[in-house]
Amino acid sequence: MTEPLLTVDSLSLGFRGKGSFAHILDGANMVMRRGEIMGLVGESGCGKTTLASAILGILPRHSLEIRGGRIRFDGTDMLDPAQTAQQQAIRGRRVTFIPQDPFTSLNPVFTIGQQIDELMKWKSPRREGASSRMPALLTPYPRARRKADREKVLEMLNLVQLPRPEQLLRKYPHEVSGGQRQRLMIAMALLPEPDLIIADEPTTALDVTIQAQILGLLRRLANDRGVAVMLTTHDLGSAYEICDRITVMYAGQDVEAAPVSEFFNRPTHPYTARLLASLPEGGGGMTGIPGELPSFYAPPPGCRFQTRCDRATEACRTRPTPDLAGPAHVVRCAHPLFPTQPAPARQEIQA
Amino acid sequence: MRRLELVLSRLVWFIPTLFGLVFLVFFISNVIPTDPARIVAGENATEAQVQALRAEMGLDQPLHVQFGRYIGDLATGDMGRSLYTRRAISDDLMHRLPATLELTFAAMIIAIGLGVPAGVISAVRRNSLTDQVLRVLSVSGLAVASFWLAMELQMFFSTRLGWMPLNGRVSGWGPDEITGFYVIDSILSGDWESLRDTLHHMILPAFTLALPAAATLVRFTRAGVLEVINSNYVTYERAMGFPTPLIIWKYVLRNALISTVTQIGLIFGALFAGAVVVEAVFDWPGLGTYAVQSILQSDTKAILGFSIIVGIVFIGVNLLVDIIHTFIDPRTLK
Amino acid sequence: MNALKRLMSDRAAALGALLIFGLIVVAVLAPWIAPYPEDVTAFHLADRLQPPSAEHLFGTDRMGADVFSRLLFGARITITIAVIAVGVAVAIGVPIGLIAGYYDGFTGGFLMRTSDIFLAVPQIVLAIAIAQTLGPSVENVILALSVTYWPFWARLVYAETKSLKKQTFVEAAQALGASDWRVMVMHILPNTASAIIVRTSIGMGATILTAAALGFLGLGAPPPTPEWGRTISEAREFLPDAWWYAAAPGLAIFLVVMGFNLLGDGLRDILDPKLRKGSR
Repeated sequence: MTEPLLTVDSLSLGFRGKGSFAHILDGANMVMRRGEIMGLVGESGCGKTTLASAILGILPRHSLEIRGGRIRFDGTDMLDPAQTAQQQAIRGRRVTFIPQDPFTSLNPVFTIGQQIDELMKWKSPRREGASSRMPALLTPYPRARRKADREKVLEMLNLVQLPRPEQLLRKYPHEVSGGQRQRLMIAMALLPEPDLIIADEPTTALDVTIQAQILGLLRRLANDRGVAVMLTTHDLGSAYEICDRITVMYAGQDVEAAPVSEFFNRPTHPYTARLLASLPEGGGGMTGIPGELPSFYAPPPGCRFQTRCDRATEACRTRPTPDLAGPAHVVRCAHPLFPTQPAPARQEIQA
Repeated sequence: MRRLELVLSRLVWFIPTLFGLVFLVFFISNVIPTDPARIVAGENATEAQVQALRAEMGLDQPLHVQFGRYIGDLATGDMGRSLYTRRAISDDLMHRLPATLELTFAAMIIAIGLGVPAGVISAVRRNSLTDQVLRVLSVSGLAVASFWLAMELQMFFSTRLGWMPLNGRVSGWGPDEITGFYVIDSILSGDWESLRDTLHHMILPAFTLALPAAATLVRFTRAGVLEVINSNYVTYERAMGFPTPLIIWKYVLRNALISTVTQIGLIFGALFAGAVVVEAVFDWPGLGTYAVQSILQSDTKAILGFSIIVGIVFIGVNLLVDIIHTFIDPRTLK
Repeated sequence: MNALKRLMSDRAAALGALLIFGLIVVAVLAPWIAPYPEDVTAFHLADRLQPPSAEHLFGTDRMGADVFSRLLFGARITITIAVIAVGVAVAIGVPIGLIAGYYDGFTGGFLMRTSDIFLAVPQIVLAIAIAQTLGPSVENVILALSVTYWPFWARLVYAETKSLKKQTFVEAAQALGASDWRVMVMHILPNTASAIIVRTSIGMGATILTAAALGFLGLGAPPPTPEWGRTISEAREFLPDAWWYAAAPGLAIFLVVMGFNLLGDGLRDILDPKLRKGSR
């Protein structure tokens, strides 16, 4: 097994408020392998966007408090303040982002072309000598590279099926539709030729009719190029359609991670089972699971699902260790639905 | 084209607003009828002479006739004759307008140069010591009476330290007049000594005038930046690893400045108004000192002319701001 | 009372309230706390232009009068001008804004265009023209300021009314057969109150500055009235030697205007979150 591309290792963090602390992620683990499409699923408020934001370094800095854990991307610590320069070089180049809301994620006062140019100026795979001593505002964009980049941009816009790319580049974001904007975001995520794309609920803001198209496009282009995609979603149906593997989060903890077929055939954590049971016939979003998420201000110790779990016992008051319910099928539960065996230590971070 | 349409629709309002302004000021200045004829005729004139003069000046006509005549003259650029300088008011005003505009523009540049960066820094480092200090300074800048500040600065830097000239626009004759803007004139004629002298004279009045405007800009820019800095597109730019200075000084600032630009018209008005008192303190030979002199002389037509010129400049600047707005925020042309 | 508590928990707003409270106390108690209340009109030429001392806290002026005592009486003039001028401006501006916003057709257009004319020149220019025509007195300064400042409230209330008119509760009241008058006064006006209060607090500061400028230009109350702006212009010829003469009233203006601005900012944060911008 090759070295994982990205590991999130027992990450604990939250936000300070006035005299209180909202403990959002509690020992969260996650692994991304090269070229795989991994779905990070869970109800809204389970911490999937927080986890994605932590990798991207866009959590609100003034209230953020990291209590422990690590995020490593191909050898670089993505949380270490001493490695800011490397992180900034990785972000947008080797790790790119497709935001949730394409309507508000493009700068309204610059044309689409200006924004793509800026991206390519800094993050083009053809850029050499990534660090520049010039102040950012004065750094030039070499003419030859600009020309080469422009060709790639037009090529990519064709690939994401955007009509009349030349004209599109002259438009302002408000002049194109939501579906087109999300195609654009996908194009912008692919243009730097990254190793990993983090797509945070990329279709929730879109019309139901084009959601499937967009996801299909993303999967096809990512597979063609061997780019790994981390897709956060609350829509198990679309996760099933396009993911290779799924990690389930509940209230800031990872509870189960499995290849997509294992996940749907042998859900081993009680929460996963409930999630699947709540799925209405024919796919779609998840509906009722009785009870509600525990408060992030005073979460229960151990497994956070215990307050809604009918199998909960005293044993759940400490966080269960990762066990294997099958090959590459990791579950953290004291009372799993299928038999498990303890994972070997090395597997812990790999699964 | 949308931009042209917008400009034309604003221009349509220019004339009625100006007419209303003339009507308003004309009415106000005639609430209590002073007798300019008597002032012109002088102390020793006989009643008959004053009567004759009154008829000649049209002052024996009813008010609405006088107004009609005034409007008619105004249409040809004639604002009447100043009782004080005895010259055509329009000439007086045109002669003095560059001085005031130059001072106002200088103050505007200082205000933007200080206010906008301070506002950005204040927002980026919010709740830090820098932010607190800048906020206290901006609140103070808005509370200080500009004529008092002008006097205190003049006392300290000119009288006490002797670093700055006491008053006026230049020490000697100034540069050869081409445009009436001394900075431009001295550059055009290559008169560097005059340029230095002009700038030296400008520092104190321009700074005094700029302070409240800079304070307003700090507050606006800070609020604007704070609003934008948490927006989704800035988050996206950060996630994509754009250099931080680029995000703040290009992408955030451009958006934050949209609301600031709409304020610039108002700020310009405030500067123009402030110039009246600041000019009085520094003996700056602009419209402000002219207005004050006219007031002291009960020179009604001069005050009228002054108000109209200020109105035209003011409305014109607001029109300009609207046009600039369409360039800086493409959404306005939607 | 909850709002008051929140206001006082904001240090800046509390300071503002304290400054204004101080101004009111000083204005009301001036005859009792001034060390030389008779100095408003009296003069002692032997003592003229004395520097600050235990006897004369802020020194004496060109007539030998106690600057501090005159300052305290000046507070009365300042507060009278500000309260009445702003009061009248609100009384003119609010109904006009309300009517213009409610009948937003020809009537509204006409009223707002009228207010535009008043806004077409800087306030002080108009105020100078009015105060000059009417002659220098406190009453005329008040009149000049009221006439020039009402459009600010008219525009504010106009904008608020226009947006409130489309709200469900207003439409419901109209559907229930409430008269236009009743809808405006009972349903719309109370909802514009927060914005009016915030604008009024900040408007007080601006009015005080303009009034002082008029006084400085000689358009305010005639001497020997201890008006702050006029005192500063009197002090001008005695600079830089008699620095205290101009410093005291200048600082007084600064503190009072600061008080209203800080209070206005605090009120805005509490009453009108959507206005939470740097605007003035």
